Amino acid sequence: MIEVDNVAKTFVVRQRSKGMRRSRREVHAVGGLTFSVAAGEMVGYIGPNGAGKSTTIKMLTGILVPSSGRLTVAGVDPARERVGMARRIGVVFGQRTTLWWDLPLRDSFGLLRRIYRVPAARYRENLDRFVELLELAPLLDVPVRQLSLGQRMRGDIAAALMHDPDVLYLDEPTIGLDIVSKVKVREFLRELRADKGTTILLTTHDLTDIEQLCSRVMVIDHGRLVYDGGLPGLHELGESERTMIVDLDRVMPPIEVDSARVVRTDGPRQWLAFPTSASAAPLVSQIAARYPLADLSIAEPAIEDVIARLYVQGSAVAR
Amino acid sequence: MAVYAAVYWRSFRRYSTYRAATYAGIFTNTIFGFIMAYTYIALWHARPHLGGYNQTQAVTYVFLGQALLLTCAIFGGGFSEEFAERLRKGDIAIDLYRPVNLQGWWLASDLGRAGFHFLGRGIAPLLIGALVFQLQLTTDPLVWLGFIASVFLGVVVSFGLRYLVALSGFWLMDSRGVEQLAGLVAMFMSGMVLPLTVFPTWLGDVARVLPWSAMLQVPVDVLLGKRSALSALRFEAIWAVIVLVLGQALTAVATRRVVVQGG
Amino acid sequence: MAYRTSFVMMTTAQFVVTGLDFATIGIMFTHTNSLGGYTLPEVAFLYSASGVSLGLADLLCGNVERLGQRVRDGSLDVMLIRPVPTLVQMAADQFALRRLGRITQAGGVLVWSMTRLHVHWTVDRIVLVPVMLIAGTAIFCAIFVLGAAFQFVSGDASEVMNAFTYGGNFLTQYPPTIFARDLVRTMTLIIPLGFVNWMPALHILGKADPVGLPSVFQFLSPIVAAVLAAAGALAWRVGIRSYRSTGS
Repeated sequence: MIEVDNVAKTFVVRQRSKGMRRSRREVHAVGGLTFSVAAGEMVGYIGPNGAGKSTTIKMLTGILVPSSGRLTVAGVDPARERVGMARRIGVVFGQRTTLWWDLPLRDSFGLLRRIYRVPAARYRENLDRFVELLELAPLLDVPVRQLSLGQRMRGDIAAALMHDPDVLYLDEPTIGLDIVSKVKVREFLRELRADKGTTILLTTHDLTDIEQLCSRVMVIDHGRLVYDGGLPGLHELGESERTMIVDLDRVMPPIEVDSARVVRTDGPRQWLAFPTSASAAPLVSQIAARYPLADLSIAEPAIEDVIARLYVQGSAVAR
Repeated sequence: MAVYAAVYWRSFRRYSTYRAATYAGIFTNTIFGFIMAYTYIALWHARPHLGGYNQTQAVTYVFLGQALLLTCAIFGGGFSEEFAERLRKGDIAIDLYRPVNLQGWWLASDLGRAGFHFLGRGIAPLLIGALVFQLQLTTDPLVWLGFIASVFLGVVVSFGLRYLVALSGFWLMDSRGVEQLAGLVAMFMSGMVLPLTVFPTWLGDVARVLPWSAMLQVPVDVLLGKRSALSALRFEAIWAVIVLVLGQALTAVATRRVVVQGG
Repeated sequence: MAYRTSFVMMTTAQFVVTGLDFATIGIMFTHTNSLGGYTLPEVAFLYSASGVSLGLADLLCGNVERLGQRVRDGSLDVMLIRPVPTLVQMAADQFALRRLGRITQAGGVLVWSMTRLHVHWTVDRIVLVPVMLIAGTAIFCAIFVLGAAFQFVSGDASEVMNAFTYGGNFLTQYPPTIFARDLVRTMTLIIPLGFVNWMPALHILGKADPVGLPSVFQFLSPIVAAVLAAAGALAWRVGIRSYRSTGS
């Protein structure tokens, strides 16, 4: 569905330094980007700020034209056929709305139906479905400017899907949402994929979104793809650590055991860090053999830490 | 006092940073000045001493009008937009609790803006007009001094009127309608579209005692030597006092309203 | 309901504001019977033709001047993902009915002026009136679009466009005979504002051309409008292409 082949995007930034001289600086927002997404996949696209996520989305949606490389979505080149592409995609921007500010939600939808030429029956069907799944019924007659962020986001999602696009792009959709709204949105996306087989590309800073929704994640940093695969692989790559919380029956000096190190103690409780990829079992038996163990639990690594490490690695590699 | 001076300079400097808008504005004012100049030339050709001016004075009037249009914010604007914004957002409540006179603050700010609009934006069309047309600009420095003083008071009167209009936002949901109306009245009654002496007698006589004439007609008459500076300044000062006192009173009423209603 | 009263107020306000210019002309004519050789009904005819054209153009295309704002806040991107040409979306963005204020006011003056004109209404003259209004509207529309396209280059320059649209309207309210010959020539041959109403009016009112251009010019409004409209569309296309290439 989405084919990206060695795509690069370079911006020329003109800065006016002191006096009248203007310096030209080339910013390589994205370089050597190559990946493909099959129809029906749900892919997460993450990276630090300024990594090139938005630039990628803009190129995929036809807002921006690549400097080099080939890019097609559903067989269409978005740069050349903007209008044709627009018919087959839906976009949800986290930071701005695609709805009309002063119009009630219902009217925005009606306008979109005209713009995308959705047949009346299908429109009815979609509208009813979205209203039910996203709980939009009480909001239909409210002008968009009076909606809360969560409500507006749900409206934006419905708007993006009214014309049954082949691909749905979500650019930071859960940013600023309360937890209830986030859960609703995730539910909805899961159902969407199951029902209609829509290809979904999701950029987000909220890594729980990724964990909950995506089986595949791409990590971009400094304009380059540093990871493209499943979540478990991400943990491995990041060389992340898990934490074992050990409760001894009395206060003791820091536990000494191979392949784990004590990071914190508080009375009889000690926190040990060990690599995620390693099994916890041998470690547990070692500790149990040599120390008076009262209780024990294991905490999974925060994916944030995983990603943070990856970024650090990535920039080390990029040098 | 130092506070007000600081507010003045900050405002002046701020408006000086809008470089593109300033150039565009000079361009627009010059264009309109030229068009109006030709219409006045045609009119004074038909009636050579209309309104007590000769043709040269009439054309001078046009370019002085363009110079003072923004200085005295004849069509409205200036500090009003910012003020209305603060009112809409509710930030104005903070201003009312500050130990600074609200009207004084905004007056200082508006004077700063007027200062830049006169020097940075008003003089240019006047000079360009002087190059192309024959204008009557006196060389008597005393007259110029009187003119400047008259413009200063004109700005104060203009501010006072716009302040009263802006305060209406406390009672009306949206002061924009009133502002538009006020701008319209000012354009007409200041002498911007035609000198007040050219108006039908009944209208012209009334307009000449009303405060709006202070924004344009009065200062221009000083520079063209049609009115003594003292007479002009006295007239403007009286109106300045009236509008400012009204402004203070209305501010107090508005403050009480805010305190009672909690913003 | 509040919406409707607000609309009525704003339309009335626009009506009065735009009528101010005609009040000025009216006052001028209390002191003379002719301005540049044109009588009051004749000047009113020029004034209203220009006003109707600008009013219609403002209604149809006025929104495009907000391009600079949309580029700055990124909302142009929202338009780029919809399957509709961006120019159409910009123009149709907000149908500000209050702009009817100018149109009705100028329309009223137009009708009045035509009843008072001493014109021998032949078929060609009658037909030329709507042609003049439509071409005039197209010319102003093109200027709106050109001005907006310029905002791709310099976001702050929307005021310059105002000088051409509102300035152009102000200029063409008055007869061409009162302006310097060079100015009239510029306004006809270089910046074709003169084709909004001056040139066709010369034929309708039976006046001589103050700069002595061939009389065929008096019928060229539609062609000038078409050329200018094409230029506007092209400028817009170039602007969008540049935006999609540089992202701002």
